[in-house]
Amino acid sequence: MPEIPLPDPRWADLPLAFAVLGLALWLTLTRGDRAAVIGFTGYGLLVAVAWVRLGSVDVALTEAALGGGLMGVLLLTAVARLGSDIDQPRPSLPGDLLIGLLCLGVAAGLAAVVLGLPSPAPSLVAAVEDHQAAIELGNPVAAVLIAFRAVDTLLESVVLALAVIVLWSFGADRAWEARPRALDFGEPSPALVLLARLLPPVGLIVGVHLFWTGADHPGGPFQGGAVLAAMALLVWLARLGRPPPVTDGFTRLGIVVGPLMFLLIGLAGVVLAGAFLGYPDAFTKPLILLIEAAKTLSVAVALALLVAGPPALSGALSMRRTGSTETGAKA
Amino acid sequence: MDLADGFTAIFVSLGAFFFFAGWVGLVRFPDSLSRLHALSKADNLGLGLVIIGLMPQASWPFGMLKLVALWLLGVLIGGATAQMLAGAIHLDDGREPPGGNGDFARRTSEAGRNNEPGAAH
Amino acid sequence: MTEAQIYGICGAGLVGIGLYGAILGRSALRRLLAFNLMGSGVFLVFGAIARRGGIVDGTLSDPVPQALVITGLVVAFAATALAVALLIRLAAVDREEAPPSAEPGSADAPSVATTPSAGSPSAGTSP
Repeated sequence: MPEIPLPDPRWADLPLAFAVLGLALWLTLTRGDRAAVIGFTGYGLLVAVAWVRLGSVDVALTEAALGGGLMGVLLLTAVARLGSDIDQPRPSLPGDLLIGLLCLGVAAGLAAVVLGLPSPAPSLVAAVEDHQAAIELGNPVAAVLIAFRAVDTLLESVVLALAVIVLWSFGADRAWEARPRALDFGEPSPALVLLARLLPPVGLIVGVHLFWTGADHPGGPFQGGAVLAAMALLVWLARLGRPPPVTDGFTRLGIVVGPLMFLLIGLAGVVLAGAFLGYPDAFTKPLILLIEAAKTLSVAVALALLVAGPPALSGALSMRRTGSTETGAKA
Repeated sequence: MDLADGFTAIFVSLGAFFFFAGWVGLVRFPDSLSRLHALSKADNLGLGLVIIGLMPQASWPFGMLKLVALWLLGVLIGGATAQMLAGAIHLDDGREPPGGNGDFARRTSEAGRNNEPGAAH
Repeated sequence: MTEAQIYGICGAGLVGIGLYGAILGRSALRRLLAFNLMGSGVFLVFGAIARRGGIVDGTLSDPVPQALVITGLVVAFAATALAVALLIRLAAVDREEAPPSAEPGSADAPSVATTPSAGSPSAGTSP
């Protein structure tokens, strides 16, 4: 075989960046809300490829799962319920151009910042590598998330739990005992029911594997939890199961177990290792895996519930597209 | 570029060509159903060719098996979503999807229970 | 031009596009999408910074900005879910307060901009 050199992969970066920018511009300017949401899902997947090109595979997995998958489902339910309310008139052409110029200025300023970043670039790679051996995790991002910046991750687990509580508070008072109905879209297609029977076992394995392998390879609790949440959503959409009511004890336990476990182990670290969220040397990896397992469960439950929406009575939501209202006792 | 890379380059390019052909169908075909047909056929073929092209780059055996599993998932999900979309297109146009939205088993068993003459498909 | 610079400028462009859509978006959902575009652009700038750190030290990418971006993605998703639920609930409240003589087909007519006066007196009684 003649010695043909492999092309420089950066030839693929320019078209990808242009595709991302072009798609973003299109979905900002297009007329239909549903087209914009579908474009946004595709945009999320393109950005995930961009993250792989930037060498951040963990972020690419998270972006594909959350930004592409779960966000797409969330926004599609929003479009189905909201329709196309145009509540802001377009400004006059001079005003339009002025705002466009201002945004162009902001983008240009940010681009100048990006091009003017200090060189040589400051980097924490060496610092993370120096301390990673004590944590026994092969994935540096996981080490940063769970050990070096553990307070951020703890607070983020709490933020997810708080987000679910705030979401539930959006339901009408008289609907408190009811189930969430944002995913109620009528009789599911038999193809969807087939998928909801075949995919969840596969998704369960993939989700748990993503969590487990996140210790040494790209992956982790967020990515695994997102896949598990997607499986739950698939089952709820196909009506093989229903989202739990907010008063369900197991659901509340599932949301809380992640942050609680994290907090308890952190407090135990005050006694055992001399610092909040310090891990005693003998049990570092088992404790970390325990925290991450609980966090995967909580992330999965919280993400699924965030998409399922607040509790609602049937008839309170309407399908704008067909103009019909969900009536009848679909308990 | 050795033999494996050349194989990958050829087959992934073929797969990309079929994805492009699917896009041409999406743009040029007149109605939704034919566009859906073009997309699902061309995209499945393109996916298969891309997976075949990536085989030499994967480790034996589990890397290759994971690629095959990915392809199987892609085909399954692609087929099911094409069915769902086609059913939705039929309903959108105001007509009943042929075959009762694909649920032959339930429809024929119900028709048989009611002793309808048109129970057989 | 390294890929970090390419995607960093791409992120800057996304912030500009998102800002434009957030100001001039036709509906609340479009403005929400544009806000997410802005967030995505900022994360890409983070990614460019992480990649520059990785290039310097010979690895793929600096892990600390990656961890920050992962946290940011999850929180952005939670915020979007809250915004969507708020929009749906607002639309439902507006529909409940629409005049009962309206026909069923137009009971879902856009009422966000046209019934602020009908909404405010009874805003205290609705949940």
